[in-house]
Amino acid sequence: MVRKFFIFLVSFCFAFKLVEAGPSSDKSTEFRPGEMIMEHITDAHEWHILSIGKTHVSIPLPVILWHDGKLNVFCFSKFHHGQTDYKGFRYMTEGPYKDKIIYVGSAKPTLEIKNPDIPLDFSITKNVASLFLSVIALIIIFLTVAKSYKQSEKQAPKGLQSLLEPIIIFVRDDIAKTSIGEKHYERFTPYLLTVFFFIFFNNLLGIVPFFPGGANVTGNITVTMMLALFTFLITTLSGNRHYWQDIFNTPNIPWWLKIPIPMLPVIELLGVFTKPFVLMIRLFANMTAGHIIVLGFMSLIFVFGNIHPAFGYGISLISILMSIFISLLEILVSFLQAFVFTLLSALYFGMAIEEPEHLTQKQH
Amino acid sequence: MELITPELGLIFWMTISFGILIFILGKFAWPVILKAIRKRERNIEEALQAAEKAREEMSHLLATNEKLLNEAKLERDALLADARKLANNIIEEARQKANKEYEQILASARVAIKNEENAAFIHLKNQIAVLTIELTEKLLREKLSDEEKQNGYLQKLIDEIIFS
Repeated sequence: MVRKFFIFLVSFCFAFKLVEAGPSSDKSTEFRPGEMIMEHITDAHEWHILSIGKTHVSIPLPVILWHDGKLNVFCFSKFHHGQTDYKGFRYMTEGPYKDKIIYVGSAKPTLEIKNPDIPLDFSITKNVASLFLSVIALIIIFLTVAKSYKQSEKQAPKGLQSLLEPIIIFVRDDIAKTSIGEKHYERFTPYLLTVFFFIFFNNLLGIVPFFPGGANVTGNITVTMMLALFTFLITTLSGNRHYWQDIFNTPNIPWWLKIPIPMLPVIELLGVFTKPFVLMIRLFANMTAGHIIVLGFMSLIFVFGNIHPAFGYGISLISILMSIFISLLEILVSFLQAFVFTLLSALYFGMAIEEPEHLTQKQH
Repeated sequence: MELITPELGLIFWMTISFGILIFILGKFAWPVILKAIRKRERNIEEALQAAEKAREEMSHLLATNEKLLNEAKLERDALLADARKLANNIIEEARQKANKEYEQILASARVAIKNEENAAFIHLKNQIAVLTIELTEKLLREKLSDEEKQNGYLQKLIDEIIFS
């Protein structure tokens, strides 16, 4: 199914394409670990699969641009890695707009660009494609599991079902129920389960170094921002009177902290926004850091290999062992980060719907 | 592309795809799964409770059995004690009766022996008397074979009687 989707995705890009090495490799053959690592952890318009010598095998992804009230859809391979313009659009390979697609009209390639006309870029980038893959995979996985629950209602779980059931129960009992409380947890459990499995699945997918994985989706600030935004919206929308009162008129606090300078309300209100912000940063930083470390160890092989091939072979043993160790650690981190994100989301929901117990206490 | 600047395209696609994910899973997967899990949990809980109840009943039954057994044992003991008492009574009674009879027999035997003894004594006395008489008769006959002697003796006897 995953493969079918992938074929569908690239069908209008003429499937696989062997692309000549871009101009960047012409500049120098020197290995630059920083560049290589950044290339791996950031988004791209094509999905690089492997390189054999100077030949790069990558899947060019569709470019979708909104410019001047018109939608432009074409394949990224039309740019030939920035060597040619297409429909007046140019893919920048260097400069301040590196990796951006800008509208240049019929300008000459040599012309220096100032105040560029940047179209809205809705392209299916590597992360978007990976996102689609994981969303479809998750839907298939959980609909299958739901079906098997329906079919064998009173039987013990088996297969995929028995693999996922402990995690589902863990999220429900240890995250949702304990953080939100017996009374309201059922309302938030579906969202928490979705977030947990989305993050966990994408984290794991990010560790896989070859094709369907390796896209660093959960290590992308946009993705974590959107996840945090979803949590923020749910928290804010489900906040009850007590929740808002705690923010704007915190009980059991000296009055001069609120009037005339609303010091505490400002701090509390800031807290409302810092909570999801921290969620965003934590997941992003953890996943990106993991990728950087693994890639860093891999880079060591080539850095030393550039000095002398024997060095490279020698260091590869240590590098591979360390990469394996870090990858194993990353598997743990994958689970841990999914758990932390979900747990904190649940705690915020719990705060938002908490019943006013201490309202009866003395207020200042 | 920058590492820490959010991108519009990804925001757009993430909202759509994650929204779809939440919607589809929230509508078709999680309710079914959670309901099934809860149902099974309830089933298991009920089964456990039923087992517990059965065990309780079992222990109750056992307790009742034991109680019954104890009661039966007590009853048996009481019966046995009664029987033993009765038997003892009977034995005692019999012994007493036997004793009494024995005494009676003994007493009557004693009386009979006494009677016999008396009779024998009387008989013996009679016999002695008869023998004495016979002996005396023989002796007298011997002594008083002649007249003189007879008169002498007679005289002596008369004297004896007179002077005594």
